[in-house]
Amino acid sequence: MLAYALKRTGLAVIITAISLILLISMIQFIPGDPAAVLLGPLASPEMRELFKQQMGLDQPAIIQIARFFGRVLTGDLGTDVLTNRSVLITVVEQLPYTLALIATSIGWSALLGIPLGCFAAVYRGSLADRIVGVLSVSSIALPSFVVAVYGLLLFSVRLGWFPTIGAGDTGAPLDQLYHLVLPSLAVGLGWVGYLARMVRASMLEVLSENHIRLARAFGLQERTITYQYALKIAIIPTIVILGMGVGNMISSAVFAEIVFARPGVGRLIFDAISTRNYPVVMGAVMITTGFYVLCTLAADLIAAGLDPRVRSAL
Amino acid sequence: MRDSTFGRIIREPMGALGITLVVLIVLGALFAGFTGYNPAKLAMRERFLDPSLSHLFGTDHLGRDLFTRVLFGARIALGVASIATSISFIGGLLLGMIAGYGPRWLDSLLLLFFDSLRSFPTVMLALALVTLTGPSLGAVILVVVLAMLPGYARVVRAQTMSLKSSEFVLSARTLGARPWRILAIHIMPNLSGPLVILVSMDNPVVITIEAGMSFLGLGVRPPTPSWGSILNDGYAFIRESSWPAIAGGLPIIDPRLRRDG
Repeated sequence: MLAYALKRTGLAVIITAISLILLISMIQFIPGDPAAVLLGPLASPEMRELFKQQMGLDQPAIIQIARFFGRVLTGDLGTDVLTNRSVLITVVEQLPYTLALIATSIGWSALLGIPLGCFAAVYRGSLADRIVGVLSVSSIALPSFVVAVYGLLLFSVRLGWFPTIGAGDTGAPLDQLYHLVLPSLAVGLGWVGYLARMVRASMLEVLSENHIRLARAFGLQERTITYQYALKIAIIPTIVILGMGVGNMISSAVFAEIVFARPGVGRLIFDAISTRNYPVVMGAVMITTGFYVLCTLAADLIAAGLDPRVRSAL
Repeated sequence: MRDSTFGRIIREPMGALGITLVVLIVLGALFAGFTGYNPAKLAMRERFLDPSLSHLFGTDHLGRDLFTRVLFGARIALGVASIATSISFIGGLLLGMIAGYGPRWLDSLLLLFFDSLRSFPTVMLALALVTLTGPSLGAVILVVVLAMLPGYARVVRAQTMSLKSSEFVLSARTLGARPWRILAIHIMPNLSGPLVILVSMDNPVVITIEAGMSFLGLGVRPPTPSWGSILNDGYAFIRESSWPAIAGGLPIIDPRLRRDG
């Protein structure tokens, strides 16, 4: 296990490093003058030169990359062009809002999707199973930003049940939770169906295995078999999928934050693009990418801890 | 053989629905010019009309016919999907075969490259890229390719590796065939089939990426109609009228249903 954990962590570190290199080399590879795009059409040539010097864009690529890593390792992601604050602090301030949204979405979709999947597997072929099947396909069919806009239209604008903007008052957890309902509906809805299908499939596989038959032969209660024996094994692939799904959820969260005018990393990047605040965009993309790599790492490690077979895969 | 496949798809309710929707969207894109309205022409006196016989989906905040705009949006969606998936298909095929057949060090290097590309959440990649390029259709295509290609390449690589040790490849090698000939004539035909299925199943995902980017204003520029930009217009004027938002969202839901068909 230790060997697997070390190898997997090492891989995560390398992947993060390479994705950072890809991110900065994008500036090199993309045709056109980034300074011209970033400063807008009104910038004078002198301004562009100054900007290039400030960003280190006039140096050779290797030096840019080396410098960049030096700075990232010391936690310096650059300075916000507009406010002159550290990008790291700006992003970290917004991170809790996005994390809260993602955590709530994973929470409710797992609480609903996993039992639904179990239920559908146990009563396989029944009418209920088919209804769950159709519902899960339909929920997967809905892109989060469509759910967000439709949810806003129906529940906020037409019915007036939920607030349309913001994240609620700080220090009022209930109000914040109230503001989370619709955004987390948008981010999590597709996952309910996806998780239900995943769990159903792996449950069916596990339920047909020998040790389950043995448990039945011993006369154990069906409920004990389903939830204590089968689910424990069937849940493992779901954990890995959830870890990878965080990346998907970060994407959905960007839409939810924009549609519901919530603060958060997605909104931060979106606003930074319209103000051409390039360091903030890059810093925030880096941190979310790092966070995503961390989540897949955690999911893989948990899965390996639960299932020895996974460890030999790397 | 073809008939039986088609028959099977039609008998599945979801499959039949999916096929119908695909046909409708393609027909809509083809005949978008025949609705009698210009998708970009402003008619301020006809703002926010509810759906009626003359305006099937109603009109938007500039009085443009939403049905026409949705049909023209299908052109953008299908166009981006076909161009972007072709590029990812070819790129994934080539890079995957190189990784699977080439030397070990190249394989590890390419694998790391694929995994690193996949470590970006798609929207984050789109946001970072568009900051540099400015919003355009090309940026959308690039994002789609970067998002899809690594997955295809990984599949192709795994397949190539298993084909590499098969007997017909071995016999071609003994006959003195060069690596590029083995790849092009013996391995590629065995890969294309599964990859075509994989790629066409991903079409809805591609359309969603296009719509999502246009929704964020990172894709096509106004006044060109895209499903995402129609939805975004509808979102901006959601208090005035519900119909633009509904019209923009509906077609984005549809293509996703095809995935199971």
